[in-house]
Amino acid sequence: MTKTSSATAAKKPAASAKAADFGQAPVNAKLTAAQKIELYRTMVRIRRFEERSLRSYQAKKIGGFLHLYIGQEAVATGCCSLMGANDHVITAYRDHGHAIAVGMDTRALMAENYGKVTGCSKGKGGSMHYFAPDKNYWGGHGIVGGQIPLGAGLAYGIKYKGLKGAAMAFMGDGAVNQGAVHEAYNLAALWQLPAVFIIENNGYSMGTSQARSSAGQLAKRAEGYDMAWGQCNGHDLYEVRATVDEHLRMAREQCKPSILEIDTYRYRGHSVADPDNTYRTKEEIEEYRRTKDPIQVFQNLLVAERVLTEDLIAEIDTAARTEADAAADFAEASPFPTVEDIQKDVYWEADNPSERKSQGRLFFD
Amino acid sequence: MPVFTYREAIRHALAEELERDANVVIMGEEVAQFNGAYKVTEGLLAKFGDKRVVDTPITEAGFIGAGIGASMLGVRPVMELMFWSFYSVAFDQILNNAANVRYMSGGQISCPIVIRGPANGGTNVGATHSHTPENVLANHPGVKVVVPSTAADAKGLLKSAIRDNDPVFFLENTLLYGEKGEVPEGEHIVPLGVADIKRTGKDLTIVTYGRSVLHSLKAAEILEKEHGASVEIVDLRTIRPLDIDTVLKSVAKTHRVLIVEEQKPFASVGTQLSYMIQREAFDELDAPIHRLATVDAPAIYSPPVEVEQLPNAQRVLKAALEVLA
Repeated sequence: MTKTSSATAAKKPAASAKAADFGQAPVNAKLTAAQKIELYRTMVRIRRFEERSLRSYQAKKIGGFLHLYIGQEAVATGCCSLMGANDHVITAYRDHGHAIAVGMDTRALMAENYGKVTGCSKGKGGSMHYFAPDKNYWGGHGIVGGQIPLGAGLAYGIKYKGLKGAAMAFMGDGAVNQGAVHEAYNLAALWQLPAVFIIENNGYSMGTSQARSSAGQLAKRAEGYDMAWGQCNGHDLYEVRATVDEHLRMAREQCKPSILEIDTYRYRGHSVADPDNTYRTKEEIEEYRRTKDPIQVFQNLLVAERVLTEDLIAEIDTAARTEADAAADFAEASPFPTVEDIQKDVYWEADNPSERKSQGRLFFD
Repeated sequence: MPVFTYREAIRHALAEELERDANVVIMGEEVAQFNGAYKVTEGLLAKFGDKRVVDTPITEAGFIGAGIGASMLGVRPVMELMFWSFYSVAFDQILNNAANVRYMSGGQISCPIVIRGPANGGTNVGATHSHTPENVLANHPGVKVVVPSTAADAKGLLKSAIRDNDPVFFLENTLLYGEKGEVPEGEHIVPLGVADIKRTGKDLTIVTYGRSVLHSLKAAEILEKEHGASVEIVDLRTIRPLDIDTVLKSVAKTHRVLIVEEQKPFASVGTQLSYMIQREAFDELDAPIHRLATVDAPAIYSPPVEVEQLPNAQRVLKAALEVLA
């Protein structure tokens, strides 16, 4: 179901559209077989990376929290596959899927999980704080909803510089009740910023179900800001791409922000520290795995399209497992940052001493 | 040398930087059409247009967060907080996002923002509007904190702040906006992290910053005329980076230190200074380091009593005499 609040909003696919129809959406119809295989491969790579991360966590190689993306792969893969040179992404702490989807090296990601100096943030951010500005990927943020004003700011920057692009600001369903999110919605609508606010609705904000945490339909809150909004099935990669493409084009071409709620599901707990036995049933998780798994759904579509074969499926899976293992090996073999590294990357000026203009002490003991 | 108010000096810095760099954007509540709640940005909208001088709704977390996001793409927002006291509703944006993003990205992302606005008591607006958060801000590695006391310093420091590639928090004072001072003509830049000796002396060092510099100067005059004491006044100007060397040099000359600050005493800027002075100049001290701060309570409304809660010339005088005794 997709709704818009203003007559000028982009036309949306009908509520009754079937999965096969989304495959015929222009953005999907133009995909070559090789491109479809790559989209499938990205989802499999995310899953195998996450499973490998979990094993490393259980082996006490990874500290802190670990928020796995397993079950949600079609969302990040679909959204990020549509990025052009002037499109940008920012997300919260469940950030591994987006990082892989924008093309970050899984070795640098795993090394970051391990707290190694070869990590994408030199071991200073950890699992929740991946960054790759060279890939228009602005994190990886730890505070629920805190990244959404930054996302509006990315959109502001795109517009200020006169570029034709969009900022996708991802959040979970638990973020929608944070004040900063609403402040960002208002600014984006008021200033007509090219932002797409994407709610990855996996049904639970940590251990609290949507019904117990949020009044009303999440994306519909856009109407209060006179913004277009939509909702789509996040288990089907084609549907994600077809829907997000419309929102992105609205942002890029008309400088109109919108909110898109994508229904998805996580198979693992909020973080791996979540015993996951207080707020949902095993049967519910199994039902999703059996009927809506995004990798299985897309695999079925591509098999029916004769794009994937059993051999190719096995080959992709083996390659993804090998890649994840190689990432873990790389992380394991990499050195930790040194104690001297603790005070690097704090100030631009301290890291660029020849260009320093200020004087005085920057650090204290 | 031409004389301008502190307010005009800040405005001139903003205008010159808007002129110099097309990426500089002024953003804040009432900064454009209303000409600024304290008229600091008066005339800038007319001169630079609404792309460069942007009114925001009352939404500190929203617009400061947006400014941070825009800065990551190379925009250089100079954001006005109508009062620095309102930083608390944008705390997560200011001190989680702006302060940490460079570090957490392993140095990949810079955040060249300036947040400026008044941070002071003494205007009878009660506890919610009278915060002086320079200690809280400076507690966060990754940020820079500036508190100018004169028109010339305000202009020169703000220009440095806007050109800086790290987040700079610039704390002004509503009671200084009308104060006049000489401002050098032409390009006037004051580097961050350089303290200024506002008065030379040999018997006592007063380390201070912001409006407390003015109180200290008054007290120093009385001390000289009525008590024959020669007081040196070190104006820190920047809290972080901190020019402790200038402080230590003065202590080595006078051997007595009074810190004067419009701060609540607990874990204040003065607390940090005291630690550093005793650690690095212990043998130079002829008396314990003394401190005059705001009387430790939320800011009182009652106008005549608020004057006594804050540092003032008489309180500085009394404290100085105790150190000199």
